[in-house]
Amino acid sequence: MAKVKSLADLKKMKDNLQSKMDLREKSDAPNSMVQVKVGMATCGIASGAKEVMNFFIEESAKRGISAVVTQTGCMGYCYAEPTIEVIIPGKDPIVFGDVDVKRADEIIEKYIKNGELVDGIIPVNYNTID
Amino acid sequence: MRDLSEHIMDIIQNSVRANATLVELEISEDMVEDKYTLLFKDNGCGMSEEVLAKVSDPFFTSRTTRRVGLGISLLKQNAEQTGGSLRIWSKEGEGTQLEVIFSHSNIDRPVLGNIAETMMLLVGANPEMDFLYKHTTSGGEYVFDTKEVKEVLEGVSLSNPNILVYIKEMINENLNTII
Repeated sequence: MAKVKSLADLKKMKDNLQSKMDLREKSDAPNSMVQVKVGMATCGIASGAKEVMNFFIEESAKRGISAVVTQTGCMGYCYAEPTIEVIIPGKDPIVFGDVDVKRADEIIEKYIKNGELVDGIIPVNYNTID
Repeated sequence: MRDLSEHIMDIIQNSVRANATLVELEISEDMVEDKYTLLFKDNGCGMSEEVLAKVSDPFFTSRTTRRVGLGISLLKQNAEQTGGSLRIWSKEGEGTQLEVIFSHSNIDRPVLGNIAETMMLLVGANPEMDFLYKHTTSGGEYVFDTKEVKEVLEGVSLSNPNILVYIKEMINENLNTII
């Protein structure tokens, strides 16, 4: 029988990873990293948000993007699920709707890497006055 | 919802919103009694009796972003379709417990689906919370405990994508030995 992955192997992997990590990642400050929040309420899950979030996590590991991928609740855009909010440090948050794996790939390649906007943005319709 | 892992993701979001610090999920497959049981326990804020009476009403939600709350209703419907049941116990300030029973052999019972992915996504999105997932079948038992994982990681964040991908594979491979 093939050996099954275990916690002991995870420790080895962690040590290996730790030696490769750059300082910025070690500091663990989410404000200096790209943040991706996936809408993970009933509406999002039923539309495939799990698959999209998994894609973001796997691809940021593969493509070496230092991103924090996390979940949020329902943003009220149930008609456009799965929705994600992307925050690039120093920029306003942008919400993308109808994100499938194909569009997620486009968001990583164009928006996260180059700051180029892609289709599917849900416009912010008002700003409060501080 | 296409499978049980999606339902589980959905139900545990309720615990996350209830500020739980520990969520326990127990899945037991009993072929002899023909039962497939999901048991959720959290130590979140719990619910008052009035709220508890309304949780399986699809037109009740505590959210303000929309007026429907389908998570529990959908799971209840799925369970009842197989001849099973859904029960909830909750105490304000103490936590909530939810038990869902499916008929194991019923053709309408959704498949488990990618539970490793569900656990990985939950752990990654809520690194400060603890999750305990226990799966029992006639082939054995597997327990995934984030407390153990955190000990091994010695302070390295659980939300690191490389670690998450590894955790998913680990759960998957271990489950495959008992399912």
